[in-house]
Amino acid sequence: MLDSILFYFFAGVAVLSAALMVTRRNIMHSAVFLVTTLLAIAGIFLQLRAEFLFITQIIVYVGGIMVLFIFVIMLVRLDVALHRVRFRLQKFVASLVVLALALELVVILALADKLPASLFMKESVAANHLPPNSEALAGSLFSSYLLPFEIASVLLLVAMVGAVVMAKSRRRSEES
Amino acid sequence: MMSPAHYLFLSLALFLIGCIGVVTRRNVIVVLMSIELILNAVNINLVLFSRIYGDVAGQVFALFIIADAAAEAAIGLGIIIAFFRNRETVEADEMDLLKW
Repeated sequence: MLDSILFYFFAGVAVLSAALMVTRRNIMHSAVFLVTTLLAIAGIFLQLRAEFLFITQIIVYVGGIMVLFIFVIMLVRLDVALHRVRFRLQKFVASLVVLALALELVVILALADKLPASLFMKESVAANHLPPNSEALAGSLFSSYLLPFEIASVLLLVAMVGAVVMAKSRRRSEES
Repeated sequence: MMSPAHYLFLSLALFLIGCIGVVTRRNVIVVLMSIELILNAVNINLVLFSRIYGDVAGQVFALFIIADAAAEAAIGLGIIIAFFRNRETVEADEMDLLKW
């Protein structure tokens, strides 16, 4: 009972603020609604007993990435942004894409009796119990997935250097 | 606990909203934020199946996706700042140097 209340609360907050994020005109409002969505998704992670990902989501996404976004929104002057419409087919293409994906959803629902029944049973989520989360995650990360882990660290280093190079002022490099 | 289908439909809804954002919005920053939303929708699926099968590998891959999202945000925002310095705008419609 408590589980379903928590699920519907977090899912409702996530979907509602995601919809608001996409539709608001003010970019800063969009960013704040995205923070709300990310926090709600972190709640979903916690409900799925992924404690380490819950904390990572809050620290990395809300504390890191979103702060970066808000910095850039403040650096970029919004008032001068033009609101001319050049590509008029945009809304049409968008509704076409969404219709195609929604059709997929309808097909899935129509084929519900052909899908494995475990998909709709509440017991299947709780069937297996993971060991203590952070410990198991670290064990897997540093044994089976050591090479991808190292590649990810190199990727982050490259991204950091690239971001610094691109955001650096061009004029200073021409003078020197 | 809820059934797996609940989580899958939540993930699908967030993915659809992210797709709408990517396709309809003209501000590049909002497009980047919608991409973050799509990546998070995928993460929900990974964590759900990691939970169902009792295998922690799904959460490891979710962790890699978060690292990727951080790298992508840093690079994307760097490009946006460089573009804004040159063209004084962040609207996707203004990025038409290669347009016929």
